[in-house]
Amino acid sequence: MPESLRRALLLGPGLTWLALFLVVPTATVLLYSFFERGTYGGIDTILNIENYVRAVDPLYFGILLKSLRIAAVVTAVALVIGYPVAYLIATAPKRLQIPLLLLVMLPFWSNYLIRTYAWIVLLNREGLINNALRWLGLVDEPLSLLYNDTALVIGLVYGYLPFMVLPLYASIARLNPEIREAATDLGASSLRGFWTVTVPLTRQAIAAGCIFVFVPSIGNFITPDLLGGGRTKMIGNLIYDQFLKARDWPFGSTLALILIGVMMALLFLQAWFVNRQMRHG
Amino acid sequence: MAKVRPERQALRAHAALVYLFLYGPIAVLVVLSFNESGLPTAWTGFSTRWYAALAGAADIHRAVLNTLIVAVSATAVATILGTLLALGLERLKPRAWIDGLMFVPMIVPDIVLAIALLSFYTLLEMTLGLHSIIFSHIVFNIAFVAVVVRARLRNFDKSIVEASIDLGASEVGTFWRITLPVIAPGVIAGALIAFTLSIDEFVIAFFTAGAGPSSTTFPMLIYSMIRFGVTPEINAIATIVLFVSFTLILISQRINRPVANP
Repeated sequence: MPESLRRALLLGPGLTWLALFLVVPTATVLLYSFFERGTYGGIDTILNIENYVRAVDPLYFGILLKSLRIAAVVTAVALVIGYPVAYLIATAPKRLQIPLLLLVMLPFWSNYLIRTYAWIVLLNREGLINNALRWLGLVDEPLSLLYNDTALVIGLVYGYLPFMVLPLYASIARLNPEIREAATDLGASSLRGFWTVTVPLTRQAIAAGCIFVFVPSIGNFITPDLLGGGRTKMIGNLIYDQFLKARDWPFGSTLALILIGVMMALLFLQAWFVNRQMRHG
Repeated sequence: MAKVRPERQALRAHAALVYLFLYGPIAVLVVLSFNESGLPTAWTGFSTRWYAALAGAADIHRAVLNTLIVAVSATAVATILGTLLALGLERLKPRAWIDGLMFVPMIVPDIVLAIALLSFYTLLEMTLGLHSIIFSHIVFNIAFVAVVVRARLRNFDKSIVEASIDLGASEVGTFWRITLPVIAPGVIAGALIAFTLSIDEFVIAFFTAGAGPSSTTFPMLIYSMIRFGVTPEINAIATIVLFVSFTLILISQRINRPVANP
């Protein structure tokens, strides 16, 4: 069998599937974004950029900015919480590293809805935290812990923290421990050694972890729906509404493309950052 | 015993809190699912009544069956296509666009993939149902299977394939007798990951299922229950789902352990 035929047989089915069910649907969305909503919720095939103009209307643009802000806060919190954990795992005895890492990853592999629901049980007015506070006599009236931005941020950090820890662990574990020890031996405190040696050497992993957390956070619609109580809308909820409630698919497509645009911009930024680092050693 | 430096102790305390953050909420659900009253307010005794309540619910049976049909079909197709893809990619020079194409379904927000597929199916005037969920799940499952199998292939000593051919074995025979057994742990692990993702997937199923209970999957049912409010039955469902997911992933980790260095 000639090599080219063998390659075609191996690659063909999978790539065809991805072309048909990933590339073509994305192209459909791109096309829809330049059309108009028809009178009865259908699609009028009149080419225009009306939807893009509408997307920068303060009403919608505000939600995009808010989504960016929430995702940024989630990413920052995940980095601050996750880095020390990744560091501890990477510097733990070898036989403990994989089990400790698996424990961080395991919740990610379970149902996202169930994990979000757990926070409703904890945070609602009749929930565990309010009960505990009342039992301790700290509050008389139950606190409104659910259906606000804090609950939303907690839920997203809970969902995507493993994505931060994984690349950081891989990067810190690869560092030569002698470099860290040398810095300490030369008189640097271990904290100073950490800031001046470990953190700069793991910059790429920090960037990767931040993207892995930021991207799913900004596109999420389940957590704002369940923990934000529909009061806090993010761009994902807006897309959902356009498709299933307002039935304005062209505008929903435009919003989805903006989301993809934000994602691509971040990925290019990261690629550029990695290239620059490689060039400068 | 070696003295532990204070920074190390602080790190350990922090990590302990993070593990508590990760597992505390899940543990609460599991404990509550066995609470007689079903409420978080008071522990009124151990009971399995909420599990018994699930056993009689016809809508849950239907949804679980639908989820299994979707997950088994999507995993079967994706495992074959993903493994072939990984084997094919091994024979190519690395190409950025192919890597990108495989990376996209793993990173793109699920709502974007969901509306794209819904738009595409509507454009084709395709009737929606379990089959459209299956087609959709195959997309991201291919990517995960291919990535896991490729990682396995990287540590594979290709000289044994050449040796087998040199000794007169056919290519097909070499594949079944040499290549497949070597990559099998990766293929099985990839399939288990695909299956786990598929039984838990909600957003894409929700958009591409069409209307009616005949294509309602288990996560879709859970979503509508959660939106309705906190009920003791959900705690029991949650406990079962967590147990099944964790078991599948631990098995996949166990099978696909890296080969020990000699």
